[in-house]
Amino acid sequence: MKVSYFPGCTLRTKAKELDVQARACAEKLGVELCEIENWQCCGGVFVTARDEIATKLSSVRALKAAADAGRPLVTVCAACHNVVKQTNAAMQSDAEFAAKVNRYMAQDKDFSGEYHGEAGVMHYLELLRDEVGFEKVKEAVVHSLGGRKIAAYYGCMLLRPAGVMRMDDPENPRIMEDLLRALGAEPVAWPERNECCGGYIALENPEAACKRSRSVLESARNHGAELLATACPLCRYNLAKHSEGMPVLYFTELLARALGVKEDAE
Amino acid sequence: MNRNELIREQVLRSSGVNPRKCMRCGKCSGTCPAYDEMEYHPHQFVYMVEQGDIEALMRSKSIYQCLSCFACVDRCPRGVEPARLVEALRLAVIRQKGMNRLTPDDIPALLDDEMPQQAVVSALRKYAK
Repeated sequence: MKVSYFPGCTLRTKAKELDVQARACAEKLGVELCEIENWQCCGGVFVTARDEIATKLSSVRALKAAADAGRPLVTVCAACHNVVKQTNAAMQSDAEFAAKVNRYMAQDKDFSGEYHGEAGVMHYLELLRDEVGFEKVKEAVVHSLGGRKIAAYYGCMLLRPAGVMRMDDPENPRIMEDLLRALGAEPVAWPERNECCGGYIALENPEAACKRSRSVLESARNHGAELLATACPLCRYNLAKHSEGMPVLYFTELLARALGVKEDAE
Repeated sequence: MNRNELIREQVLRSSGVNPRKCMRCGKCSGTCPAYDEMEYHPHQFVYMVEQGDIEALMRSKSIYQCLSCFACVDRCPRGVEPARLVEALRLAVIRQKGMNRLTPDDIPALLDDEMPQQAVVSALRKYAK
């Protein structure tokens, strides 16, 4: 199976391993991630105002490229996924917004025709669940995670707004836990897995980011977690900064270890 | 229409929020992870915009404390979506000339070795035009 792939800026810089591991694991599972050409940074956050147009065009370009290729657009970074998916939903549901975007894009020589949200948008976790199947992932495991107690951390971006993201139940998600179980780990149940790490407030008010991250980490620790898994480079940054020894890993790191495409580096 | 009313109309239009749907249950503020950092809390944003009390919100640092985590949006029983109001008010401020909260010149002093690009682009998108 081939899918279009949007890596995003951080996967080329501070989170290279997220990109490398996602590609290697996809290959092992029979999926080719076809990187779209000339992709641009998604901006990291979706600006909810309906009269913000220019900040959403990079997502529209990526979506159009995937639609033209006739493939779903897959992202690994939770933030890119959130921005691209919310932009796609706005293109489908807000005719005035879509008309303005298409007028902008008419100036772009690589953009033929109009775009109205035709591309499918899928997070890598959804690719594993819905296209590959967790059973197949389980069969491909060569180094089981051996019952390790892992806290799956969703944060905000994978789940909300739920009406648009539709990945899972926003208050009781299981997609990451189900994956961890397939890899042989024992996911822990804990309350703060879908609460914010502090996100970009790390630049505006670092003390607030620290408080938030500590609260999330304490919740994981109090419920027996040995390590924490995330899909977001910013969550990882905030949490790792305050983790006091608890490893904070990308879910792809655990996947890569279990599938034997990467040796244990811990 | 005075300036306050003009900004209120703009905020309502760009956010798509109808504050009159609010039934004042306070769940948005109850679930807000930035509550302690805010002078005005999410339910107050809704009430104050409804009342046309816009300038106090525009002067408040609370508009920079929202994490855009959408907890208030998803957990509101009436679909009011307070975070969209906060965003529209912040934009009403930073779209004015010279009112950026953060500029690229501020970034080097805020960086550390581990900070991902995502943090920088997200903050600039939230705090600058």
